[in-house]
Amino acid sequence: MSLAVDRYAIPVPPIQGASAPPGALVEKIATRQLNFFYGANRALKDVNTPLYAKQVTAFVGPSGCGKSTLLRVLNRVYDLYPNQRAEGEVLLDGENILSPTQDVNLLRARIGMVFQKPTPFPMSIYENIAFGVRLYERLGRQELDGRVEQALRRAALWDEVKDKLAANGLSLSGGQQQRLCIARTVAVKPEVILLDEPCSALDPISTAKVEELIDELKHDYTIAIVTHNMQQAARVSDYTVFMYLGELVEFGTTSKMFTTPTDRRTQDYITGRFG
Amino acid sequence: MTMSEHTIKAFDADLQDLTRVVAEMGGLAERQIAKAIEALDRRDPALADKVIAEDAKIDALQREIEEKAVLTIARRQPMAVDLREIVGALRVSNDLERIGDLAKNIAKRVGALEEDFGSQQVMRGVEHMADLVLAQVKDVLDSFANRDSAKALAVWRNDEEIDAVNNSLFRELLTYMMEDPRNISYCIHLLFCAKNIERMGDHATNIAETVYFIAEGRTLAEERPKGDNTASTKVPFRN
Repeated sequence: MSLAVDRYAIPVPPIQGASAPPGALVEKIATRQLNFFYGANRALKDVNTPLYAKQVTAFVGPSGCGKSTLLRVLNRVYDLYPNQRAEGEVLLDGENILSPTQDVNLLRARIGMVFQKPTPFPMSIYENIAFGVRLYERLGRQELDGRVEQALRRAALWDEVKDKLAANGLSLSGGQQQRLCIARTVAVKPEVILLDEPCSALDPISTAKVEELIDELKHDYTIAIVTHNMQQAARVSDYTVFMYLGELVEFGTTSKMFTTPTDRRTQDYITGRFG
Repeated sequence: MTMSEHTIKAFDADLQDLTRVVAEMGGLAERQIAKAIEALDRRDPALADKVIAEDAKIDALQREIEEKAVLTIARRQPMAVDLREIVGALRVSNDLERIGDLAKNIAKRVGALEEDFGSQQVMRGVEHMADLVLAQVKDVLDSFANRDSAKALAVWRNDEEIDAVNNSLFRELLTYMMEDPRNISYCIHLLFCAKNIERMGDHATNIAETVYFIAEGRTLAEERPKGDNTASTKVPFRN
């Protein structure tokens, strides 16, 4: 006898490579038995998680749980540092991006990243965006202007900066700088956007603008966001991953994770009972 | 699942405070039911008046719970089980407030019954029903205090017995009314009292559903066993 209806059942992930019906979830990225080491320190332990295409997946967990590390692995930012290495597989459209033959620059064009602190280049607002585009494409002046405008519009920044495109990117407010960084990421037309605590240095209004932007961007991009703000994860994401001590504890739809999580540790963390 | 403490202790205090007021309201509602039935049984208008006056206290507690719940949501942004606790407290307090109203309604009829009262036998039926409902209310409040979904489920399933007593009481009262039109006045009043008691039982099952929701994070989807068939009961006229 079934007493209760589970309204938050997790949809079964589709089989890799199968032709998915419209509206079905497609695994854009999948990690398989992913381990990560900072020297001898194992920071990720056999992590298996999907990132569904055109969905927002939030990574939450206490400090040091490995969520930012996981994000850093997804576009191989760690490659820049010695003594850091990943084991296992990260599949982007079924291709393992950890393979040594992977072109890392191309990968980072496909998987863009926005960091915790706004990191505009010390150049004009226009150049902040045009710079990345020129690396991958040869565009005429008019086309490039169009691309810059489009990116700034997508980042909901155009109206605020259209009259001062020549001004230094660093002259903008913190919230504007962060949206400039998002515009810069969007301009090179990535497939996946990684956001590492994009709002932690922003005021509530700028935060709301970035969240609105995430809602807008997910129609075209696959988005992963690391956040310490539980309410933010609940607001912006479709799926939530809870990590603890380098392990993936629970993965589920955000509606289930924030109302009826299965694991005791998830429940303790999201309700503020941890440690 | 027993809960560990929140990192912010004041949040625990908020939740405990909310539960405490609900428990206080529940205790008051129980006493109101018992006193209303006693006033009815003894046809004691003074006691009935007291029951009517006391209802304002239950209403005040409900407002207190609403204020505390809204404030806690605004200040703590509760998630998961914490949010269910607060929403649950709001729902339970609504049901308790209705139970209080129903007890008051019974007390209001005591004045009308003062003079003519027929069979004491039929009063036993009303009392028996009230005892069953009181036990249900008590059990469901215990299940709320302990977040005991098994006990809540038992209450939820147990409402059928009250319905059965209500059915037989309904038939009995109809028979008295047919026997002698002078019985009609008090029988009608008792019929309403019985209906009020039966409604209290329904609120107890509502509370049971809320307790289940708080503890399990799911709503009861099963059809509740129901035995109230007074709506379709006919008694043929005999000449």
